[in-house]
Amino acid sequence: MSDLVGDAVNAGGDKLQDDKQLQSALNPPARQTLNKILLIPLAVFFVLVFILAIGFRLEDAHLLPSQLIDRPFPEFELAELHDEQRTLTVRDLQGEVSLVNVWATWCPNCVIEHPELTRISNDEGVPLYGINYNDDSAKARAWLQRYGNPYRFNIVDNEGKLGIDLGVYGAPETFVVDASGVIQYKHVGEVSTRVWEETLEPLILHLRGQLEEKAGTD
Amino acid sequence: MIAELGHFSLILALGLATCLAVIPSLGVYRSRMAWMQLGGSLSLGVFVFVSLSFACLANAFINDDFSVAYVARNSNSALPIQYKVSAIWGAHEGSFLLWILVMSGWTLAVSLFSQGLSVDMRARVLAVLGTLNVGFMLFILLTSNPFDRSLPVFPLEGSDLNPLLQDFGLIVHPPMLYMGYVGFAVPFAFAIATLTSGRLDSAWARWSRPWTNVAWAFLTVGITLGSWWAYYELGWGGWWFWDAVENASFMPWLVGTALIHSLAATEKRGVFKSWTVLLALFAFSFSLLGAFLVRSGVLTSVHAFAVDPERGMFILIFLVLVIGSSLTLYAFKASGIKSDSGFEITSREALLLLNNMLLVVAASAVLLGTIYPLIYEAFTGGDKISVGPPYFNKVFVPVVMLLFVVMAVSTGSHWKKTSLDRLVKRHWIPLLGSVIAVSALLLLFASKFEPIVVFTNSVALWILVSLSTDWISKVQHKRDKLASLIKQPLSYYGMLLGHTGIAVAIIGVSITIYYSEEKDVRMEPGSVVTLAGYDFRLNSMSKITGPNYLADQGEIEVLKDDESIVTLYPQKRVYRATGSVMTEADMDPRIFRDLYVALGDPVGEDAWAVRIHYKPFVRWIWFGGLLIAVGGFVTVADRRYRKRVQRQAIVDTAGALA
Amino acid sequence: MKFGKMKTHRRNRLLLVVFILVSSGGAVSLALMALNENINLFYEPEQIVRGDAPIGQMIRAGGMVKAGSIVRSSTDLKVTFVVTDLRESDFTMQYEGMLPDLFREGQGVIAHGALNDQGVFIAEEVLAKHDENYMPPEVSKVLANAHEADGEEKPESTL
Repeated sequence: MSDLVGDAVNAGGDKLQDDKQLQSALNPPARQTLNKILLIPLAVFFVLVFILAIGFRLEDAHLLPSQLIDRPFPEFELAELHDEQRTLTVRDLQGEVSLVNVWATWCPNCVIEHPELTRISNDEGVPLYGINYNDDSAKARAWLQRYGNPYRFNIVDNEGKLGIDLGVYGAPETFVVDASGVIQYKHVGEVSTRVWEETLEPLILHLRGQLEEKAGTD
Repeated sequence: MIAELGHFSLILALGLATCLAVIPSLGVYRSRMAWMQLGGSLSLGVFVFVSLSFACLANAFINDDFSVAYVARNSNSALPIQYKVSAIWGAHEGSFLLWILVMSGWTLAVSLFSQGLSVDMRARVLAVLGTLNVGFMLFILLTSNPFDRSLPVFPLEGSDLNPLLQDFGLIVHPPMLYMGYVGFAVPFAFAIATLTSGRLDSAWARWSRPWTNVAWAFLTVGITLGSWWAYYELGWGGWWFWDAVENASFMPWLVGTALIHSLAATEKRGVFKSWTVLLALFAFSFSLLGAFLVRSGVLTSVHAFAVDPERGMFILIFLVLVIGSSLTLYAFKASGIKSDSGFEITSREALLLLNNMLLVVAASAVLLGTIYPLIYEAFTGGDKISVGPPYFNKVFVPVVMLLFVVMAVSTGSHWKKTSLDRLVKRHWIPLLGSVIAVSALLLLFASKFEPIVVFTNSVALWILVSLSTDWISKVQHKRDKLASLIKQPLSYYGMLLGHTGIAVAIIGVSITIYYSEEKDVRMEPGSVVTLAGYDFRLNSMSKITGPNYLADQGEIEVLKDDESIVTLYPQKRVYRATGSVMTEADMDPRIFRDLYVALGDPVGEDAWAVRIHYKPFVRWIWFGGLLIAVGGFVTVADRRYRKRVQRQAIVDTAGALA
Repeated sequence: MKFGKMKTHRRNRLLLVVFILVSSGGAVSLALMALNENINLFYEPEQIVRGDAPIGQMIRAGGMVKAGSIVRSSTDLKVTFVVTDLRESDFTMQYEGMLPDLFREGQGVIAHGALNDQGVFIAEEVLAKHDENYMPPEVSKVLANAHEADGEEKPESTL
């Protein structure tokens, strides 16, 4: 049946009288015969998809761990970027829920997140501290002059020692530190408005709530 | 505002593409002529709006609109203008917009140059292309919109384009590559259209051939440029790394090469019809697979785009829908296809079949090596491995060597039947002569005698000799020899050029691999290093300032027999915006050898690490690649071929619609 | 005439099937053999310190380059540095040649090479990555494992 239609089409020249005939010429009924060999490519393809999907699932598991969560911020004694006489320690980070941002002038995405950090620091009333990581202090000061300085202070970590204690992979990374100086969260990559709204802000509000409750019960 | 206009016109284009996917196919099923004929104007509409969208993104880059996040991430006001333009495709979002631009361009081209196709066939083809357009546009709009703004606050300065991409090679490489990748959508669409129409004659092969050849030629150019770029820009002197992303472009090329050969057999002899359809599906599937591998982050590579699970998931689903449904369609519709003719085991058809087998095996071997880390990880619960170049060399090289032998033998073979005697008689003198000539040349000029190089270059020379004797034999017995040379069809010259290119590339690859010399050395101003008979003297180091970088520059004078031949200036750059460090190698390219110098790190007072390469015949690799591509382009211009297509078109239309 | 064609057809078909079976079987076994010989397993600092990694066999190893550990020779291009998982496991890597542009202290590194009898990893190739913010998955896994071993939970985070 289908062969007949096919032949009619291939032969050409046959006048097709009405739409119905035209339609059957354009859309011959599906062949019912199924050659099983032709299913092989499909089967191979699905095996491939299976492998890709597994690889994909595993890739998700490679997301970075936020180590040091619920651990006190590591001890350090480092200089301040603009006031090198001043020595900063972990005590300087305590007292308020704060954001600690690891940045460097060699880090392209630090430029990207800078406006959002500036906004958070200005509008949201969250103290923002910087760790200038594996960098050159003179360059870092010039960078801040150029893009603005939203940080209350900047810890100079030119040797990357604090970074190693913090388990920093690269920059930018941002830590949420609670009032007692315990790391509550770590964000890897740039802080965007979305990250702020969906993750950081709720967490900070939550931590502040805890702080108020504590103050209330005292 | 302009970025929003770009976003909006992309949405409009999506709307039109949806119409393109739906209306002509409905037209086919409802037998409405007018609906079927809408495909042309819809394709034009899609192309216009995608171009507009692309122009808007270009505008954002040129005018340093850093409120657009993608621009801020990939550009900088100090970036030279040509790189601001190429930065459009410097990262995932923009490069995918380029991909869509190319896709809509191919769609428009098909609608313009397929006027001769029967109305329903054209409608079917355009509908398939429209569907693909829809998928790609949904992907970009849902997961990777390049027009996203970072408002209300945005950076005053962009963070710059990756310095590696600030280069001429990267301006042209991605567009060429995408022309190839996406171009395989056209034979794919023709194959699907043929399968759905149930008219599995060899007419579709005639239609797909020029499109396939062009797409394949573009892909060849893209891969060649990529290899050339890696060579001079990465600073390692390597030109092929078997990197996942390179493989992602190489697999569709291998399958595409099989496809153009099998299309020839299908068109001319009506054989391998079902197989050719399958190859057409495969070629595009491999393109999509490549896009998945590069953009999903499942494989790590030096070129890979940033990881985003959402994107990877989307492409994987798209992959399953497109490839899965087309292979299902194939399984149900391709049964019962019969060849128009038989052939002997020593015929040209058989040799082409062998060619196809070998190319598919080669592509599968590359695929296996590329995804084996995933398989291994999956079965061991997360152990990481990498598959090194030795695997690829071990598996790929023997297969292609066999392929080259087949190629040499097939020159001058006949359709249907070629007697074995004739083949032997034809080839034994060129083969023997090539082996003797190559051995003699190596003994005379080369520093060492490598049996493998004798083998590869003998095959290359054998191919060249076979090609020229075949060429000469075409005119030998003609009276007006010059006229008959000109009268040979361009598709024949395309074949000659393409196969010559392969031979040239074989020579380049094998000699570069076996006769290159390299040295990593510590140099201070005044020190001299000798490599391959050349003396490299570091005269001085200086600091220079570029438009957006600072650099340490070495002045290295190269002497041969105490005579200065060239002075090279390799640089170590630090890009100001990002602080990225980049090795900018310098080289002295000649036909028969490159001298290549790259600067490493400073290693103490005044001393620098320097890498020096001597690379004989390395240019032949890319020259061969370009010849292959030119061969592909030339076939399309074949006048005789175009005429026949037109004539056939009339017959087709008459046949289908009367 | 027609009969003869059929015969050719059948013979060709048979030959084709045999050919495909033999060649694909051959190709697959060749490929698997080559794969087995040429996969490079990745070892973490902890495994190397524990002695899990084979001596004198090509492997891959990686972690973070320990700050202040890079020592260069003053006469040639030999360089040694310590690779760490930022926890307890460190090992020394030695390399001669040009280091990639993005090699620096405190950054992730992956190298191809072999361990010698002294437990020093002699690198033949130190891998370059093209993106400063890019962390090779192997290295992030090293760090992840190190911290998992500390008994810490793994909260969500995105890259």
